[in-house]
Amino acid sequence: MLRIFKKTIQTRVVTTRYPQEQAIAPVGFRGEPNIDPDRCTFCGDCVDVCPAGVIQLTREKESDENILTLACDGCIFCGRCEEVCTNGAIKLTQEYELASKTRENLLLQVGGKPKVDEETEIMGQRLHSKIKNTFGRSLSIREVHAGSCNGCEVEVNALTNPIYDIERFGMHIVASPRHADMLLVTGPVSRNMELALLKTYEATPEPKLVAAMGSCACNGGIFGNTYASGGGVDKFLPVDVYIAGCPPRPQAVIFGIMMAIDKLAEKTKKK
Amino acid sequence: MKENSDSTDIMAAVIKIRQKFGSQIISETASNNEIYLSVKKDAALEICNHFYNHLGAQLVMMFGTDQRISDGVFTIKYVFSMDLSDNFIIIQINIETDLEKPQFQSITHKIPAANLYEREIQDMFGLIAKGHPDPRRLIMFEDWPHGQYPLRKDFDLRSKPPRVEGTYEYKKVEGEGVYEILVGPVHAGVIGPGHFRFSVAGEPIINLEIRLFYAHKGIEKLFENFSIDKAVFLAERVSGDNSVAHVVAFCQAVEKIACAEVPLRAKYIRTILLELERLYNHVGAIGGIALDSGFSVGSAYANILKENIMQLNEKTTGSRLLRGMVTPGGMRRDIKNISDIVAKLSAFEHEFKELIDLLFDSPSLVDRIETTGYIYNDIAKALNVVGPTGRASGIDKDIRRDHPYAAYSDLDFDVSVQDGGDVYARTSVRSEEVFQSFGIIRQALQALEKLAGAPIKVDIGYVPSGHALGYTEAPRGEMLYWLMIVDGKIERCKVRDPSFCNWLAIEYAVLDNIIPDFPLINKSLSLSYSGNDI
Repeated sequence: MLRIFKKTIQTRVVTTRYPQEQAIAPVGFRGEPNIDPDRCTFCGDCVDVCPAGVIQLTREKESDENILTLACDGCIFCGRCEEVCTNGAIKLTQEYELASKTRENLLLQVGGKPKVDEETEIMGQRLHSKIKNTFGRSLSIREVHAGSCNGCEVEVNALTNPIYDIERFGMHIVASPRHADMLLVTGPVSRNMELALLKTYEATPEPKLVAAMGSCACNGGIFGNTYASGGGVDKFLPVDVYIAGCPPRPQAVIFGIMMAIDKLAEKTKKK
Repeated sequence: MKENSDSTDIMAAVIKIRQKFGSQIISETASNNEIYLSVKKDAALEICNHFYNHLGAQLVMMFGTDQRISDGVFTIKYVFSMDLSDNFIIIQINIETDLEKPQFQSITHKIPAANLYEREIQDMFGLIAKGHPDPRRLIMFEDWPHGQYPLRKDFDLRSKPPRVEGTYEYKKVEGEGVYEILVGPVHAGVIGPGHFRFSVAGEPIINLEIRLFYAHKGIEKLFENFSIDKAVFLAERVSGDNSVAHVVAFCQAVEKIACAEVPLRAKYIRTILLELERLYNHVGAIGGIALDSGFSVGSAYANILKENIMQLNEKTTGSRLLRGMVTPGGMRRDIKNISDIVAKLSAFEHEFKELIDLLFDSPSLVDRIETTGYIYNDIAKALNVVGPTGRASGIDKDIRRDHPYAAYSDLDFDVSVQDGGDVYARTSVRSEEVFQSFGIIRQALQALEKLAGAPIKVDIGYVPSGHALGYTEAPRGEMLYWLMIVDGKIERCKVRDPSFCNWLAIEYAVLDNIIPDFPLINKSLSLSYSGNDI
């Protein structure tokens, strides 16, 4: 017992100050890709090597203009596009707060007309100012593994460790969907988990939120849409927040959950 | 009973097989450390049985291939390994396709470890294991239509067969006072999906039936649709917390086929990453034991340490799960923060020592884990239980020592083996392995300093047609890949995660234990759902 006391006193506070303070990812971290429109020659090399198949090159018929799109929601952040780009047009940045209420907001585009208006185009809608006001609201989360590789589970488990300690925001991971406000779904929804996921959703009381965590939950990721993989959670359930990353860092998950809380407020107001 | 096989070398075994079954052997080829014996279909049972029950070989993997286009047959391959030998023996049979119901003789009644492999082959290839004691569906559930077999070449990866009516019969345990407790596939904790059926009489568990494969994503089929280049990233995502062990096993198979020699510096970097992965997995598993026995303080410290290791991972490789580093031919990126790793390792080792003292000095924790969840040596051998779980049940096997890869042959380390077989033994084996890992990483870092500026990658060029085994000792145990390349493309990639071997052991470990000890037993095996379900 004395040993425990001694260790506790020696250890002090280990909890991170995120999100009140920024937590910059280390150099070498592979986050949100950035495409430099001036350097991109639309050669298509990145399209060919992308394991998740999220980069597409199309040609707009009217203007005969090339368009390169990169869907960050399904990106696995391997950096192959950066490796093969001879012009250095694609660079993976240290930005990791990649959550959004729509998948369109997670789409990067070079060339053609921008699909979304300038204001919402900003990736992940930085909502730090809002986040600061969301403390003190409770949110009960049920995690559902719908066929993930378990990388996301490693990070969800990290959320409750003393470093990230999401209980400090009033967030709990609960044992049953009946106690939950939000389902945090990982994995592309495997055929064998589809029914269990739908039942879990039904068992969750209204108002409820669904967050798709990780590239495969957002749009199938590297597993795509096959006989056994459903190609993303929103093919089966309405998704409120998409949290991109493979897997998202714990801070990125906290960011995503904060965004979901924001949406919950909107949902309850409407009712 | 098995004959004493300690002194039997695998080559001597092959000679014995030749003498005894000469007329049944169609052909024999060898490449690297793999010996392939093509045998007549009807002789497979007898030969496998002889290998296993008389020569002391272990069945480590079994799988099918669809070679109807090139050779007009399906094949089934039985992979055996033997103590004290670096070689693998692969016995293969051909199954003709002209039969209305292609089938092969089940070997499960002679070699229990073949059980799940045979059911897997039934589901994925539509080849029937004749005489199998439990021929129920395994991977494809009862709502999957008959006549659709995903790993057959004429099955389209992107097809979506409709769900059909079907039932799955669970085993029934009946008797006065016996009742069932059903758990899953969605669990209370943050873990993978699986359905557990406990039959209890009072407190003690008298039977457990586990149903898995909820996370099946068709990864082996997906491999066949990926280029080698892309498949590297798929291998990293078979079981996320064992990313490095998977990708290294895959890349080694590619390198073997391409006859490429990986630069020494890359081998050391791979070793460091493999051991960092073992560190965070083992520390996490030990923390899980503390948590499930109600020792929250211990669990908190384990989690702090695990998090610190993962942060070091991210600093070193840009990924907390150590992804994106390994590529066929070597490494994609170098390790630059050597002095930082050295300093952190010392701090981690000190922390870990304190943690272990804290845990093992606590009588309430030790009481809880001693004599809990026995996996007896004979059960472990019969099921081919691998990794720390096997080693805690007296099975002295470790791929790092027995089939050296990466830089392990140049490094000093001990393999911890105990014969307790309980949760205590498994925790203790893991803790000793953590200390060994610290030592391995230190030695590898020293070697890296001497290799400063050396290349980290060779160009493997065009990968010729061929096939090979790749293997690693993952944190959970022996990991095997069998890869076949034809015309530069992946023709077949069999993935055998250690969890596939160990899951069945839980059904035995829980017997006579009480339900509240189940989470503890489960954690002590630390299994992957996604690695098992692929």
